This record gives sequence, C-alpha cells and structure tokens, in this order.
Amino acid sequence: MQTRKTDSLSVLWRSFRLATWLGWQIESNWADPFLFAVYSLIKPLSSAAILVIMYSVITQADFESPIFPYIYLGNAFYMYVGHVMTGISWAVIDDREHYKTMKYIYTAPVHFPSYLLGRGVARFIIASISVLVTITFGVLFLKISIDPSQVNWGFFLLTLLTGVAMLALMGLTLAGVMLLLVHHMFGVGEAVAGALYLFSGAIFPLEVLPAYLRPIGFLMPITYWLELLRRLLVGKVASSFPTLQSFSNLQLYLILVTLTLLFAMLSFFVFRLCEKRAKELGLIDTVTNY
Amino acid sequence: MSNVAITASTIPKASGWKLFLKTVIARAYPRIIGQQREKSWMFFDIFLPILSIAAYVFVYRAIGAPEEYIGFVVLGGAMTAFWLNVLWSMSSQLYWEKEQGNLALYIMAPNSMMAILLGMALGGMVATLLRALVILFIGGWIFQVQFMVADFWTLILVFFLTMTALYGLGMMSASLFLLLSREAWHLANLAQEPIYLISGFYFPVKNLGFWIALSASLIPLTLGLDAMRQLVFPSAAQFGFLNLHLEIIGLGILCVLFLIGARYLLHYMEKLAIQEGRLTESRR
Repeated sequence: MQTRKTDSLSVLWRSFRLATWLGWQIESNWADPFLFAVYSLIKPLSSAAILVIMYSVITQADFESPIFPYIYLGNAFYMYVGHVMTGISWAVIDDREHYKTMKYIYTAPVHFPSYLLGRGVARFIIASISVLVTITFGVLFLKISIDPSQVNWGFFLLTLLTGVAMLALMGLTLAGVMLLLVHHMFGVGEAVAGALYLFSGAIFPLEVLPAYLRPIGFLMPITYWLELLRRLLVGKVASSFPTLQSFSNLQLYLILVTLTLLFAMLSFFVFRLCEKRAKELGLIDTVTNY
Repeated sequence: MSNVAITASTIPKASGWKLFLKTVIARAYPRIIGQQREKSWMFFDIFLPILSIAAYVFVYRAIGAPEEYIGFVVLGGAMTAFWLNVLWSMSSQLYWEKEQGNLALYIMAPNSMMAILLGMALGGMVATLLRALVILFIGGWIFQVQFMVADFWTLILVFFLTMTALYGLGMMSASLFLLLSREAWHLANLAQEPIYLISGFYFPVKNLGFWIALSASLIPLTLGLDAMRQLVFPSAAQFGFLNLHLEIIGLGILCVLFLIGARYLLHYMEKLAIQEGRLTESRR
C-alpha cells in the first residue's frame, strides 16, 4: 500500500519535472538566447508603455499621483495571468493541434494535470523576468516609489506565490474546458484573461466600472491578489482608493486563500469532468487544423 | 479513354488573367464563406477586442480624459482587427500552409502565387471589415461615442488606401515568412503590442514625437488611423500628426511601395526557399 502511494507520488513529480523541462525548451529554444531575451522583454514593456503614454498624455506626466502606481503595478503583475493561466491551458492546443503528441502523452505513464502544471512553470519564469524588468523600469524612470526597507518581503513572496498557484489552478480549469472545444479554442484563454483584466481592477479602480459590473470584480480572487501586491510594494499609495479600503492586508490575504482553495476544488472537479467527457466524445487527440 | 479523362479534357483551361482572377476568387472564397459556416467567430473576434477597448476606455475615464479619447480608443480598437488579420492570416499564412502541407501544392499548381496572396488579402479584408464594423458599432453604442464624419468620400479614400497599403505590406511579409519555421509564430506574436504602441492605436500618434511617428508611418495603419480620426472626430485635427492631405499622399506612396515590393520579394523569396529546401520543411 505504502509502495503504491510512493509510486503515484513519484509519477506526479516526474510528470511535473519533465513537463517543466519540456515547457522551457518549447518556449525558449526557437531562438538564440539574446533574441529570446529581447522577445521576452519587448512585449511586456510595450504593453506597459501604451498605458504610460495614455496616462502621460492626459495628466501631463503627473507620475506622482497615486493612480499611476495603481495602473502601472496592476498591469505589471497582471502579466502573470496571461502567462501562467493562459499558458497552462495553451499546452492543450500545443500538444493536440500543433505537435500532435496528446495521444502519446495519454498512453504514457504521465499524470496529465501535473504535466499541464509543469508546462506552466516556464511561462511563470518568463513572466517573472518580465514583471521584474517592468517594475525596475518604473522605479528608475517613472517615479514609482518602492522603499525596499518598508516592504514586508516574506508576506509579499507568500502573496505572490499564492496568487500564482491560484492562476495555475484557473489554468487547469481552462485546460479542461479546452479539451472539450474543437473550433476557436485559441481564443478562450485570451477571452478569459481579457475579461479578468477588465473586471479585476488591474488597471483602474473598480469604482470606475458601472455599479452593476462591480460585483463580478469582487468575486475574482485576482482582484484581492493585485490589491495586496500593490499595497505591499507601495503601501498607502495603493490603499488610497476606496474599493477595498475597509479590508486589512491580512483580511485580503485570507480572502485570497479562501478563494484559491475554492478554485482548487473547482478546478480538479471541472478538469476531471471535462477530461472524462472528452474521452467519451473521442476529442482527446482531435486535430482540426482550424 | 475513361469518363474522367473525357470530362477533364472538355473543361476549358483558364490561363493568363482569367487564371489569375479565378485563383484570386478561389482563395478569397473560403475566407468569406468560412465565417458564415463557423458562427463562433462572432464571440471571439468581437467580444475580445471589445474587452480590451473597454479596459482602455475605463483607464481614460479613471484619469479624467476628455471624451474624444474614448472615441480614439474605440476606432483604434476596431482597426486592431485588420492588423491581427494581416499578421495571422496574411504574413504567417504561408507558414501555416507549409505546416499543413498545402504550400507545396500552391507552388506546383499553374497559378500565380501573387494571385493566391491577393485572394487571401481580399477575402481577409472583406471578412475583417465586417468584424471591424460590428466592433465599431457596439463599442460606439456602449461608450456613447459621437462620430461626426466631416467628409465621407475622403474617409472612404483614406480607408481604401490604408487597406491597400496594409494588405500590400501583409503580402510582402508573407514572402519573408516563407523562409521561417516555428519562429514565425513567435515573430507574429511579437508584432502585436509594439505595433499598437508605435502606431498609436489607443492614443494620437503625435504624442510619440515627430521622428518616432514618422518612422512608425511605414506601417500604413499609423497614417490611416490618424487620418480617419481627423475625419471622424471634429476636434481630432489638433491631435493629428500631419495635415490630412499629406497623410493621404503618404498612404498613396506606401500602396505603390508595398505592392511592387510584394511582387519582387515574393519572386525572390520563393526562389530562395526552393534553393534552400525550405518549402516543405517542418521544424516544430
């Protein structure tokens, strides 16, 4: 009995570890390291620059206003959503439509959810570098005031990792849904990421949304995650918006953990359900060339 | 002689301009008909751009921007449909065709590759125009944008020139993608946000400074979008990069440049790809 448990744990770990290595090769070895580094940085810096220019055109570059770090940091940390959540679900498209390896993975001694989570690790690393560069750029050139001595780094790291785990689980849910989709599955990850960008108060306080849309934002764990990350880095500046002002940092973290646990249960349930249905419908290795 | 052979010999063979025209229509056909058969594009191709339009609109509202900026975002957001179409369905299309094994068939067939690219461009343009109009209509309705067209025929001329130059650029870059393998996907992916930034999709391009805006004008949507904003929003003239007439002349030059460039580059790249044996390779 004990041996069987150890064996299944070893399969989980092996699936995760090898998928991490594979994911990194897929993401990075299409170009030489310099080109890959440029590619990884240009996209996030450009999307941040769009917001910076929009902001500076309207406010005459008033970077001291508290709304600026709110927008800038929210956008920077949101990169994790695109990379981790969408990245994990994208692995289904990659393996099924592009590399056509899905049936081999299913017939190999691989734990598929662990494999998918492993594929997200490379995206997490790339996202982390992009976030770091974007924030460093903001601190050096755009007056984003982060005082390292005032930041509770332990709490910050804990919050960051909790959020990344939550995004990975959301990615797993999406991956399950993608197993069932044939056409237009390419747009699903982007659609969800786009909706979360809009409703989670990533780049504007939720008060700006019409009142009937705000409750959607309050249901999203990302809303609390981004708020907490902003508060932990720039302190009172970020908490000067009324949206979540009445919550302490600890309360925000507890809400985040609770919602993450709920998503964990939901994601495993949804994934298993979708996987079972995809097997019944014969969709696991469908190639549409769509 | 079998029945099939008799039938085949009685079908008149098209050649010259007739073959060219038939090829254009044949390649444009699936682009236009495809969207009638797969209705889910309505959700993804309209819902997605509206989400990003909404996010940028709310950023402008959060920082107290004048209302015309909301209009700029809606128009810019609608035009992203054309850029995405050129990137994914023109430039990288020959790479997809290579992956699926169609490219070798295109090369072997007696038709012109230029006609295939033109068909792809025309079909894509018509299908994307429909999407862009729906985005514009829904975005304008949700965010109460006031469009006031100053000169309808000039607007049509600007749009026509922008599309000709843009799809000419797409045809030109498609030939470059003939040489690429899996890096094609990454390069097309890279050309999204940076182009949204330098072409001023969400703000007047004038704000980037003269030289950057001038360099960005090599992408037809930079001048086209700026000219369209000047024609659709009365107050936009003050935000315009160049005088409207200069922008029209610039677009005309780009049309000629890119269409001729596409003709020569396609010929050159096809020869190079054949010499280097890249037409049928599949490096995933």
